[in-house]
Amino acid sequence: MIETVVQVDLPVDETLQIRKMRLQPEDGGNGRRISIVTGIHGDELEGQYVCYKLSDYIQKNIKYLAGTVDVYPALNPFGIDSITRGIPAFDLDMNRIFPGNTEGDMNEYLAAQIVRDAAGSDLVFDIHASNIFLTEVPQIRINELHRDRLVPYAEEANVDFIWIHGASTVLESTFAHSLNAAGTPTLVVEMGVGMRITQAYGDRLFAGIVHLMKRLGIWEGEDFDVRTPIVSADNEDVGFLNASVSGIFLKNVEHGAVLKRGDLIGRIVNPLTGTVEDEITSPEDGWLFTIREYPVVSEGSLLGRILYGKESSV
Amino acid sequence: MEKKVLFEIKALYRDDFRVSGFSFGHGEKAACIVGSMRGNENQQLYCCSQLIRKLKELEAKGRIHEGKEILVVPCVNPYSMNIKKRFWSIDNTDINRMFPGYDEGETTQRIAGGLFEAIKDYVYGLQFASFYMPGRFVPHIRVMKTGFEDVELAKKFGFPYVLLHTPRPFDTTTLNYNWQVWETKAFSVYTTSTEEIDRASARQAVESVLNFLRKTDVIDYDGFEGYVSKVVSTEEMVTVRNRTAGFFEGKAGAGEHVRKGQVLACIADCYEGNVTDEICSPADGTILFAHAEPRAYQNTAVYKIIPEKDEW
Repeated sequence: MIETVVQVDLPVDETLQIRKMRLQPEDGGNGRRISIVTGIHGDELEGQYVCYKLSDYIQKNIKYLAGTVDVYPALNPFGIDSITRGIPAFDLDMNRIFPGNTEGDMNEYLAAQIVRDAAGSDLVFDIHASNIFLTEVPQIRINELHRDRLVPYAEEANVDFIWIHGASTVLESTFAHSLNAAGTPTLVVEMGVGMRITQAYGDRLFAGIVHLMKRLGIWEGEDFDVRTPIVSADNEDVGFLNASVSGIFLKNVEHGAVLKRGDLIGRIVNPLTGTVEDEITSPEDGWLFTIREYPVVSEGSLLGRILYGKESSV
Repeated sequence: MEKKVLFEIKALYRDDFRVSGFSFGHGEKAACIVGSMRGNENQQLYCCSQLIRKLKELEAKGRIHEGKEILVVPCVNPYSMNIKKRFWSIDNTDINRMFPGYDEGETTQRIAGGLFEAIKDYVYGLQFASFYMPGRFVPHIRVMKTGFEDVELAKKFGFPYVLLHTPRPFDTTTLNYNWQVWETKAFSVYTTSTEEIDRASARQAVESVLNFLRKTDVIDYDGFEGYVSKVVSTEEMVTVRNRTAGFFEGKAGAGEHVRKGQVLACIADCYEGNVTDEICSPADGTILFAHAEPRAYQNTAVYKIIPEKDEW
């Protein structure tokens, strides 16, 4: 059943609605609930496929559903509709206004109603797709404040990598932090790249979600095997590669590559002069879990991230 | 006056990206004034241009105190200004969410880091700031409550109001917040507008900055003495919201004194023209902020009022 989570009237003949699909057995189920949320950033579309696939699968196998599945495919409908990362008209990053405010302006009100609706779930997935610049292997990012509660779930979500990062005051305004701080376990998935859908990654995450639904007692149908991810809790394990000069980045390897120290990752070239401005090589042995997809770079642009001393789990 | 490049990046097809500073006098790093940080901050850039013009005159007359240096950075983001984009040209990130910056980080982190390195040691840090919502302000000084704030010093600008603001999580990466953490006495100067140039309010802001520099013994200046500032915390302000969406017809503007029950604005249906909401003031007070767009979304903070307790 499609439900409206929150709606507001717009000035010119339109109502903004944030909607979800609620899937339940006919008797209402056992009270356990998983929520799949995506589309906070309008240019991240990987979660669209996961929402579709999960909803389709459950509806075709509804007899195995024991609890509730809420699917929120578009928290930022304006952004998705207009290929805009933030909230158009406000130039605002939606993932910096949580937990919102029911007495606040339109966007704060929307945020507060979304949090109110998703709170109390046994588990929430917040699916992101990096951005339009970077491609990521399927991974879950966890604020160290919530590691004890979240890592056991994340380890069964069928991703390649769990990155436990340091606490940051800025990140306290995110959807996931707001829910985690309120006691609703929420996993942030990053995978693929902005403006595109990588179905193979979506299939992987779908299997992980069904597996966790089974574990939570929400699903009584087929289970899926999940892979064991690499877990990094040491920020010094992760190396950031930033552009030393402006130019056009030509990658030499794909994300997920296992690198030896000195391996060529890519070049920054200048098409005007026909010259190579820099060659980017791996500083250490490691696993390239992020690589730049968008070729135009300024000095400082992120080109990739390496997990040092590891090999792919794939 | 000495013009210097504080930070630069070489680009592929555009001219080099430069953050330029204009320094006056020599000696102790007394005061740094920063202007536009986003591509739509014309008023903030204009204020700095007028301040630079005035400081040049004062310097020529020997009015900068011996052993004091003032630095003005009129624009932190010329790239975005020149293409009329609010945030950074490639990735749309906001430089004023990147402080204190990081010299080995991403582009806007490097810009913030490069600028901060050049300006972090000043005694006083002033930023001509803008608000994210479209509207007009009564010029005021805003101070973040970080534990390092100095409200008495903020009164030296002579603005009618000093606003005390409790930082939210995303405020911790602004220039103002980080200046304070690095023990610079930091203040945000809000003038009436952002995209449009309001010469009268720019003049008031420049006079207030010069007034502040005089009272803190940085310059000699015989100008605007200013108001006795009233200190208000943002929690004390009354926010007025519209119940319906539609055309916004303001009947009261920033700076006006209003009475409880007075009609401040009407909302009219965008198709049929009938009034769907009449917005009345919930308190006696002064309008600090007034919405200034033709249309309003439902539940927008269209007015912010400083309630008056025993005036009138």
